[in-house]
Amino acid sequence: MRTIFYILQKEFTQIFRNKSMLPIMFVMPIVQLLVLSFAATFEMKNIKIHIVDMDKTPQSRAMISKFKGSKFYSIINYADAYKIAENDLKTNKADVILQIPQYFERDLMKEDKASVQLTINAINGSAAGLINAYTFSIIKDFNSNILMDNYGQKIEMPIQINSSFWYNPQLDYKTYMVPGILVLLVTIIGLFLSAMNVVREKEIGTIEQINVTPIHKYQFIAGKLIPFWFIAMFELAFGLLIAKLIFTLPVLGNVGIVFTVAAVYILAVLGIGLLISTITNTQQQAMFIAWFFMVVFLLMSGLFTPIESMPNWAQQINIINPIAYFIKVIRMVLLKGSGFSDILPEFFSLVVYAFAVLTLAVRLYKKRN
Amino acid sequence: MSEIAISVNNLSKKYGDITAINNLSFEINKGELFGFIGPDGAGKTTLFRILCTLLLPDTGSASLCSFDAVKDYKKIRNIIGYMPGKFSLYQDLSVEENLSFFATIFGTTLEENYDLIRDIYIQIEPFKTRQAGKLSGGMKQKLALCCAMIHKPEVLVLDEPTTGVDAVSRKEFWEMLRKLKESGITIIVSTPYMDEASLCDRVALIQGGNIMSTDTPENIISQFDTALYAVKTHSMYQMMLDLKDWNQTETAYLFGQYMHLTIKDKDNNTIEAYLKSKSHKDIEIKQITPNIEDAFMRLMSK
Repeated sequence: MRTIFYILQKEFTQIFRNKSMLPIMFVMPIVQLLVLSFAATFEMKNIKIHIVDMDKTPQSRAMISKFKGSKFYSIINYADAYKIAENDLKTNKADVILQIPQYFERDLMKEDKASVQLTINAINGSAAGLINAYTFSIIKDFNSNILMDNYGQKIEMPIQINSSFWYNPQLDYKTYMVPGILVLLVTIIGLFLSAMNVVREKEIGTIEQINVTPIHKYQFIAGKLIPFWFIAMFELAFGLLIAKLIFTLPVLGNVGIVFTVAAVYILAVLGIGLLISTITNTQQQAMFIAWFFMVVFLLMSGLFTPIESMPNWAQQINIINPIAYFIKVIRMVLLKGSGFSDILPEFFSLVVYAFAVLTLAVRLYKKRN
Repeated sequence: MSEIAISVNNLSKKYGDITAINNLSFEINKGELFGFIGPDGAGKTTLFRILCTLLLPDTGSASLCSFDAVKDYKKIRNIIGYMPGKFSLYQDLSVEENLSFFATIFGTTLEENYDLIRDIYIQIEPFKTRQAGKLSGGMKQKLALCCAMIHKPEVLVLDEPTTGVDAVSRKEFWEMLRKLKESGITIIVSTPYMDEASLCDRVALIQGGNIMSTDTPENIISQFDTALYAVKTHSMYQMMLDLKDWNQTETAYLFGQYMHLTIKDKDNNTIEAYLKSKSHKDIEIKQITPNIEDAFMRLMSK
């Protein structure tokens, strides 16, 4: 036990002597939370629309004014020919083209039926989906106006949909993103600090000197693990505080649960880092491997795209993705107010995960070869 | 016969197809200052890493203070001090922090064994708050030696401690080793510098993974069984080429301003005659007593 204490003392001295350490600890969470939460939004504002009005009638102008009135759209140009608009789409000046055909009003009046054409730039698929949905809702609105005009009274659809968005009533994107970004933050700190550490001792050669001492493997690993565990826990607390103060993140559940799960989650992440560190020989190798896992785990974690929409095999892969567990837990606890019993399956998965990875890391660390 | 500190039997280690050490056997007495002399790549570091329990041998056995290097590695780690060839202390920790860290992980303190390292430590004590990475090469070596000694080891294993260190520091370092030896510690040291061999009690010449000879420096010199000449002419380079071509030449190598030469013929007049025939001027030939380096060069060329 005393040996671990001395190793810890040495590790902490080294960590705080490292001049880049304090900026990493304090600047990184602030920058990540502020930049990512505000910038990485799924809401679309300023959709650049190019309108080709070939009808030029009161009805077509009424429709255009609907788009004018929307805060999501900015009309960049009007054209008489589709070719001109198409050119804007090709040169990225427009995101979407709305074409109102000739005889739009006449068809609408005489046949009760008319069509418009929407051409959307789908380089970014999810953006295209959003544009489609927004446009659809505007046209739907326009439709009900026509019905009212034609029949003189407000026509009710037979089936009405009344949506209410539970756990995020305003559909505030930040409420959804910030807990995930907190997980990202803790993961980066834990994974990279631990992955670079043991291998650094290998690179400098100090591991030779350590290996000839009677230090036990578990003592050495514990000495490496505990400081980063504290740093990562501190990061989570610091990040939560920023989230609460700046984003007024709703905290419905018990923060204690988040920290309890985080305690185990960080052990798992540190375990992966140490595992990478023990099987590599240079910091460069460790860096690449850590990045590989980081990116795969992160993109599959449900931070950006819902896990439920992934193919079945991808959902199966998430069984070994610690980030997915913790993101689920932190969202459930913070946004939904879930109690400990609700997140027990995730908690136990993480316990098993942490235990397995750490055992493997201690086993694979060889004091002689 | 004194007590055996290190005993090695038929020890071999291969890296893939390359034989690092080949069937080595030797014994080192307790309290001996034993040197391994050999060029880079001779297998010195591999041998030392096996003795330090960092590397497992392919075949053969090694024991330190009657502990087996493979089975009793935990016990060995308590009784050896190892100084790797590459400086491997924490560069971002100060002199004092490095020392007390290594002291504490061996369950001792700087104060407890201060007497053992005092002579060395007082030389670096003025810089004890300086980070190890900012020390000069010679001071790094002294610190590394202190750290290797701090737990009062019975065997000290020093892998090329003087490589890359200036001549004065090298001399000081060897003086420190002689003093340490007086306190009864067994010291094994490797070096590529042949002149350091004469400072050891016994030396082993190691080349290509094999031990060529093991003896006291005096005996190794006395094994030099032929006349040695120092030769000099107006054109040293041309002379070197000419002597290498000569069918009478046994060994010829540059040594300071002279070329050291042994010949098959017993008559040294033939040298002058040969060099004259190659139109050399200012020819100077004298017979000299061989030193340890000459002895090694001769052994290695055999």
